[in-house]
Amino acid sequence: MHGIFTIFRKEMEDHFSSIRFLLISALIVMVGVIIASMVGMSIQEESKGMAKPTFIFLWLFTSTGKLFSFVQFIGFFGPLIGIFLGFDAINRERVSRTLSKLLSQPIYRDSVINAKFLSGVAMIAIVLVAIVLIISGLGIRLIGVVPGGEEIWRLVIYLVASILYISFWLGISILFSVIFRSTATSALASLAVWIFFSFFVSLGAGALANAISPVSQSASGIDVDAALRNAQIQRTISLFSPMTLYSDATTTILDPMRKTTQALILMGPLERISLSRFQNPLPLLQSLFIVIPHLISIVAITLLCFGVCYLIFMRQEIRTI
Amino acid sequence: MENQTIIEAEGLTKKYGHQTAVNNLYLQIREGEVFGFLGPNGAGKTTTLLMFLGLTEPTSGKVRVIGFDPTRDPFHVKEKVGYLPENVGFYDDMDARQNLQYIARLNRIPDRISADRITESLKVVDLLEEVGKKVGTYSKGMRQRLGIAEVLMKEPKLIFLDEPTIGLDPDGTNRMLDLIHSLSREKNITIFLSSHLLDQVQRICDRVGIMIKGDLVAMGPIEELAKKKLGVDKEHYTLEEIYMKYFKEA
Ligand SMILES: Nc1ncnc2c1ncn2[C@@H]1O[C@H](COP(=O)(O)OP(=O)(O)O)[C@@H](O)[C@H]1O
Ligand SMILES: [Mg+2]
Repeated sequence: MHGIFTIFRKEMEDHFSSIRFLLISALIVMVGVIIASMVGMSIQEESKGMAKPTFIFLWLFTSTGKLFSFVQFIGFFGPLIGIFLGFDAINRERVSRTLSKLLSQPIYRDSVINAKFLSGVAMIAIVLVAIVLIISGLGIRLIGVVPGGEEIWRLVIYLVASILYISFWLGISILFSVIFRSTATSALASLAVWIFFSFFVSLGAGALANAISPVSQSASGIDVDAALRNAQIQRTISLFSPMTLYSDATTTILDPMRKTTQALILMGPLERISLSRFQNPLPLLQSLFIVIPHLISIVAITLLCFGVCYLIFMRQEIRTI
Repeated sequence: MENQTIIEAEGLTKKYGHQTAVNNLYLQIREGEVFGFLGPNGAGKTTTLLMFLGLTEPTSGKVRVIGFDPTRDPFHVKEKVGYLPENVGFYDDMDARQNLQYIARLNRIPDRISADRITESLKVVDLLEEVGKKVGTYSKGMRQRLGIAEVLMKEPKLIFLDEPTIGLDPDGTNRMLDLIHSLSREKNITIFLSSHLLDQVQRICDRVGIMIKGDLVAMGPIEELAKKKLGVDKEHYTLEEIYMKYFKEA
C-alpha cells in the first residue's frame, strides 16, 4: 500500500507539471466550455418570455449547437485526455532506466502499474469535474435556472460514465506503453485505435449492414423488415465501439425525453404525434435502468483492458537491455 | 563476524529457453568482504544479480541473501540490500535530492530522517555542491556516484554493484574504486561487484569469482588463483593473465 501511495503522489506531481497534459486539457476545457456557452446563449434567446421547460439545464450539455453538443464533443475528443495521460506511463521509465531501479525497491511490482492507472483516473476525474462545474456555473448565469436535484443526479451519473469511458482509453494507452518500448510507437498505436473506433467502426457497421441486409427502394416503398434488420445489424456492430456505448448511455441519461438508447425507431406518423403530445420525461431510475447495461459494458472493457495490461506487465522480464 | 555468510547460492541455474545464462552456481560470500564477480559480456553476471534480488526467478537451485530467500521473499531482500543496476537511470527533470527523496519514500524512510541521510550520502560521494542541479545535466561519473549515494541512503549491510565503472574515464574509475573500497573499510559494508574490466577491480577485491558462459570457473583470492594457474610465484601477475588461462580452457 505504501508503495502505491508514494508512486501515486509522484505521478500526480508529474501530471500537474506536464506541459503536454496541461495543454491538451486546457484545450478540451476551453472548447467544451465554448460549445456549452454558445448553446446556453441560444437557449436564453429562444426561451425569452416562455415558461422554462423542465430539464432545461441539461440542454446545455445535450443540445447541438453549431457543430455538436458538449456530450458529443467529450465522447469524441475526451479519449485524448486518457491517451495523453497514459501512453508513456511505463516505457518512459524503461527508456530512462528508472523502472528496474523502481522495482528493486521494497515495493510490490503491481504497485507501479496500479499507481499509474489510479493517478490517471484521478486526473481524468479532476479535469471532467472542472469542466462540468465551469459549464454549470456559466449555465446558471446565462439561463438563470438553478439545476434541480434530479438534474444534479443525472449530471453525476454522466460524470461517472465519462470518467469510466476515458479511463478505458487510459487503459488502452497504458497497455501500449507496456508493450512498446518507444513512446512514439505507443502514442501512435493509441491514436490509431482511437481513429479506428471513431471513424471506421461506424462506417464499417453501415457497410456491413448494407451487405448483409440491403434495403431496396422499390415502387411499393421500402421493405420494412429489411430496413429494421439493417438498423439492428448496424447497431449491434457499432456497440462494439466504446464510443457508441458511451454516447448511447450519456444521451439517455442526460435527456429524459429519450426512452431508449436505440437511434432508429420505426413508428407511424399518428403514433409519433400522439407520443410527442403525451410525452413525459422518464424518471431518473428508469433512465438509469436503460443505461446500466451500457455502463457495465464500459466498466467491463476498461477492466479487461487494464487486466491484460497488468498481466503483461507482471510477466515481463525486468532487464533493461 | 568475518565468517558470517551473507550470500549463499546452491546449484543456482537460470535458463532462457535453451540457453543457459547461469549454470549450477555454488557461491558463499562472507560478511564484510569485497567480492569481484568477473567475466566477459554475456557471462551471466547480471542474471545472477537479478536472481539474488528476486527480480528474476531461478530455473532451479537455492539462494539465500541476508537470511531470506529472494524468490519467495523479495520484499525483505530489497528492503535490506542496496542495488546499483548497470547504467542506472534517474528522473532527469528532478534534482539529486528529489531523486533520492523519492527512493527514500519508497523505502518507507520518513522525510525528516531521509533529509539528513541524503545530505550525508551525497557528501560521501562528493556531490553536495551539485545537489540543486537537475540530474539531466550530470556527467556519467556524477550519475554513477549519485547511484552509490542512493544505495547508501538505505544504510544497507550488503551492496550489489553491476559494472560500477562502465563508461567512466580513468580518473572517474579510480574515484569510484576508491569510494567502493572506503565503503567496505569504513562502513563495513559487504560489496558484491560485477565487472568485465578485470584489471580495474583487481586492486580492491578480497576475492574474485570468474564466470565464463554461465559457469563459475574459479573463485578465491587473486594471489591464490595466480599461484594455481600461473604456477610460479611471479612478482607481477595480472588478473588478465589468470583470466586468459581460464578463458582458453573453457
Ligand atoms: N531476457 C532474456 N532472454 C533471453 N536471453 C537472455 C535474457 N537476458 C539475458 N539473456 C542471456 O543470458 C546471458 C547472460 O546475460 P547477462 O547476465 O546479462 O551477462 P553479463 O551481465 O555477464 O554480461 C547472455 O547470453 C544473454 O544473451
Ligand atoms: Mg551485465
